[in-house]
Amino acid sequence: MLKQIEGSQGMAEAIALCRPQVICAYPITPQTHIVEGLGAMVKDGRLSGCEYINVESEFGAMSVAIGAAAGGARAYTATASQGLLFMAEAVYNAAGLGLPIVMTLGNRAIGAPINIWNDHSDAMALKDAGWIQLYAETNQEAADLHIQAFRIAEDLSCPVMVCVDGFILTHAFERVDLPTQAQVDDFLPPYRPVQRLNPATPYSIGAMVGPEAFTEVRYLAHQKMVDALDVIPRVAAEFEAAFGRASGGLVRPYRTEGAETVVVALGSVNGTIKDVVDAERAAGRAVGSVSIGAFRPFPLAELNAALAGARRVVCLEKNLAPGLGGALASNVRMALRGQAPVLTVIAGLGGRPITRAGMAGVLAAAAQDALDDLTFLDLNRPVVEAHLLRAAGLRESGPIAENLLKALNPGRVERVSPRRVQE
Amino acid sequence: MFEVRLHGRGGQGVVTAAELMSVAAFDEGRHAQAFPSFGSERTGAPVASFCRIAEAEIRLREPIVAPDALIIQDPTLFHSVDVFAGLKDAGYLLVNSVRTPAALGIADIAARLPPGHVRCLPASDIAQRHIGRPLPNAALLGGFAAMTGVVGLDAVLKAIRARFAGATGAANAAAAREAFAAMTEAARC
Repeated sequence: MLKQIEGSQGMAEAIALCRPQVICAYPITPQTHIVEGLGAMVKDGRLSGCEYINVESEFGAMSVAIGAAAGGARAYTATASQGLLFMAEAVYNAAGLGLPIVMTLGNRAIGAPINIWNDHSDAMALKDAGWIQLYAETNQEAADLHIQAFRIAEDLSCPVMVCVDGFILTHAFERVDLPTQAQVDDFLPPYRPVQRLNPATPYSIGAMVGPEAFTEVRYLAHQKMVDALDVIPRVAAEFEAAFGRASGGLVRPYRTEGAETVVVALGSVNGTIKDVVDAERAAGRAVGSVSIGAFRPFPLAELNAALAGARRVVCLEKNLAPGLGGALASNVRMALRGQAPVLTVIAGLGGRPITRAGMAGVLAAAAQDALDDLTFLDLNRPVVEAHLLRAAGLRESGPIAENLLKALNPGRVERVSPRRVQE
Repeated sequence: MFEVRLHGRGGQGVVTAAELMSVAAFDEGRHAQAFPSFGSERTGAPVASFCRIAEAEIRLREPIVAPDALIIQDPTLFHSVDVFAGLKDAGYLLVNSVRTPAALGIADIAARLPPGHVRCLPASDIAQRHIGRPLPNAALLGGFAAMTGVVGLDAVLKAIRARFAGATGAANAAAAREAFAAMTEAARC
């Protein structure tokens, strides 16, 4: 049924159609509306056969999801930002135990300085925890990916993280076509665990493994991700056949035929990128784009094929690996094996809007081979340089956020160096 | 594509207004995208929200920088926020106020826009009468429908009633209806 609803509500309805049996959640912006919606559905009976557990922390949320999945229940949770970091140990455990938990990540920046807005720092911090990571471009896809995620997770015995841009998608009202319960039931069979922890017949899972077998366990974790490169597109194709629309998959090229410059990105910014690509093409410039639907496993071969003809690749990414550049570009370089230069554009950090105007400037520089290896889109250079000048020669440790705010809002933020007070 | 930016204060239903506008446009068969100025807004703090309406799929995710219409829920924002930024020359401006554009000190803005594209609507007063609280957003949606014709009154009323059940929905719908009539009357003068 086609509805005009908030992205979070669309996701909540899609998740409910997947018949989760345990939902555990701890609220953190911007994912809160999803679990609130699910909580309301459990309470009023629209989602039956599901236990909704309020936990004391994100670490508790993932721990309960692990216990539920090991006990034979289809388990779901959601988090964002520092919430993901707080549950990090359990996130690794869920993957190591092969438990098919599905978790929504309402992508948000990580402090300090504290920032509630969108970027991909959280997802990138745990990109190698052994979870499949899928990225949604629209709220339609955000809803669809959850239905696919339970299938993928249970087919592979591997947890899946559905990454959804915080606020930009979670809080946006747009049209979402939600399937019927019968359609989802046909697509997603009940969860069938290999074993169920049961207090009546106690035994342990997650045994200690020493040096004699740990490498083999990790090898098999890698092999599972390699297998996922086949399962993710297969499930996407089955989804399209069953529901009549394309969603998910590994990579989605857009107007890459003959493109000299190809922009690669994750998530909702691909919508804006497509508008920019259309404008560039209309102006006679050979630009295309590739939206990466699965970041883990990373689709090396598929991306290599999608970027085969490109003279240069611009990775527009909402994360920063300080001292290196961006996680996306690093991975794309591995896919391209030196075939074409891969340029990193760090954009949208902490919710800074990524605009068509800003991207047009990047593409103009790229077309003249004048784009640096690493660019910070729309960087306020005077503020940065003023700070660097001020900091030069000092040997004081401490936060810089207040200094930058003071530069932007003179007179509103005071920072007094304790050392200078003593002087 | 028609782009609307709404400015108000936390608690005035600025975000809800954009969402309801998108639901009304969707109900009329169009594509619509509504989203808030992402932030940790508090009651009384300046808040903005956005609504795009188009015949085709809306892929763009940047904030609205050149709106076709502005809805100002609280004119005291004129002193603290550049609410008029980017307003198109053929754009619309709807202000919640009992005063005139000249009395509000925005005669220069009004002069730049086409005749009939600048209106003040006593939306808080209308809301106070119908809802019992000065929540101007439903009345402003009714006024917006009358002023621009971008969405119809019926779709606005349906969106309001779908969002707010029972007496609350009826009261908000009545406020929108009165605002629509008042604006239609003002346009005849």
